[in-house]
Amino acid sequence: MAEFINFYLVPGLVLGSIYALGAIGITLTFGILRFANFAHGETMTLGVFIAWTLVQVSGLHPLIVMPVAMALTVVVVLGLDRAFYKPLRGAPVIMLVIASFGLMLMVRSVVQFIWGVQLKTVLPGIQMPVVIADVLRIAPKHMAIIASAVALMFAVHYLLARTRIGKAMRAMADSPELARLTGIDTEKVVTATWVVAAALACAAGVLLAVDTHVETRMGFKLLLPMFAAAILGGVGRPYGALAGGLVIGVVEELSSYHWIGDVPLLNPGYKAGVAFAIMVGMLVWRPTGLFRGRVS
Amino acid sequence: MAVLELDAVVGGYDGTEILHGVSLRVEPAEIVVVIGPNGAGKSTAMKAVFGLLRLTGGRVMLDGTDITNTPPERVVRRGVCYVPQMSNIFPSLSVEENLEMGAFVRDDDFRPRLAEIYDLFPPLREKRRQVAGTLSGGQRQMVAMGKAMMLEPKILLLDEPTAGLSPKYRGEIFAIIRGINDAGTPVLMVEQNAKQALKIADRGYVLVDGRNKFEGTGPELRDNTQVAEMFLGGAAQAPS
Repeated sequence: MAEFINFYLVPGLVLGSIYALGAIGITLTFGILRFANFAHGETMTLGVFIAWTLVQVSGLHPLIVMPVAMALTVVVVLGLDRAFYKPLRGAPVIMLVIASFGLMLMVRSVVQFIWGVQLKTVLPGIQMPVVIADVLRIAPKHMAIIASAVALMFAVHYLLARTRIGKAMRAMADSPELARLTGIDTEKVVTATWVVAAALACAAGVLLAVDTHVETRMGFKLLLPMFAAAILGGVGRPYGALAGGLVIGVVEELSSYHWIGDVPLLNPGYKAGVAFAIMVGMLVWRPTGLFRGRVS
Repeated sequence: MAVLELDAVVGGYDGTEILHGVSLRVEPAEIVVVIGPNGAGKSTAMKAVFGLLRLTGGRVMLDGTDITNTPPERVVRRGVCYVPQMSNIFPSLSVEENLEMGAFVRDDDFRPRLAEIYDLFPPLREKRRQVAGTLSGGQRQMVAMGKAMMLEPKILLLDEPTAGLSPKYRGEIFAIIRGINDAGTPVLMVEQNAKQALKIADRGYVLVDGRNKFEGTGPELRDNTQVAEMFLGGAAQAPS
């Protein structure tokens, strides 16, 4: 039991929180700007490298510089929106998707050009896990990651449920046309969407970097599970993406638990395929996602 | 001076002309109904007011100001509220959040207005925390109209407010429109249920093929044999 929690459930929740934070941005961009943003993973990568630089310069803990990195990532992403997406507002969706694909390649190349392609770390050394009640052994960094993710999720919830701009974001995700007819300032909502998406992407990246390491393809590698999470939760539904991310993270980790006999159910090497399988399964079985069926 | 006036409006979508010169007028405190066969351009005329299609001729005047081809978000700010026929609420938002969105362009405190809207639509007060997409058709229509009324508009445009509703709700919605109008808001609506609509209307227009065909007061149109034969399902005399 302790083994299950320590080596499968907790890592699953850590990974799931990271997916969840990333997937919120994907789903909001899809719901509000109406396109699948392939550059979202690179936003994450960029945020991580900004955070890495801040850590080098300041010598502070990555989670302490994270808010600054989030703010800087937002500034860059808003600039990219003005330069690349704004001229395409109202253009056919495929043009926006291709633009985001191009941006993905560009941002990654720029990151590789500036920071190089070697592995880096934001948190050097190996951490000894904290032992709780003699059986639970949880690394402090894992606790910090989950705590940060939960705090950010509450912040997002507050924004979406309590603030006028957050409600307008949900309204626009429901129906951009009606939002316009209602007089909602759609440009303001678009800006808010980029702010949330970029900030959370950066945060997700930094949390992943705290857990593992820093490299230029880390965001791209997360793109598939993040899309899978967004689809699982129903595209355009931020709360769905949150749940979807947690589910996929946990299921990925639990897939290699020795459920039957002594061997892992699924070779850990195939873990990444789990998100893909869930995504394909959802698209076949229920393309509107778990949380959409209720409303038309 | 008319609150809203369409003067020989010409326009359509993507080069297909649908309106070939439609003129409508709404005076203060009037309910004006636009009826006509499918494809006559009724809804299109309404969208023309709201800047949803490009007009190539004619003018739209609001309170004497030319608002021809003004984009929708600016038309709202000028005090025109439009309730489309389809997808006229935000289904994943609660009833109250829908109404709050209706007040988006207001900078003042909208809560007093919210209370007034709940007085106008009592069922919405009970369901204010409910997700709007789970409401019945009639209640959705109430949310849509309540949302539009949050702005205290100069004029309310309704596109087939009773389409797809049960007779019970139809009567209720017409009564509410009457109530909104009695409180001073002029209403321009497109309706398929012409007979009932003309009953509450001060005046009506009949459009055919993107042109004005007839106009008159509600009773005049109901008693007009030609109109009756075309749209009211039979001879005019039988008083209902």
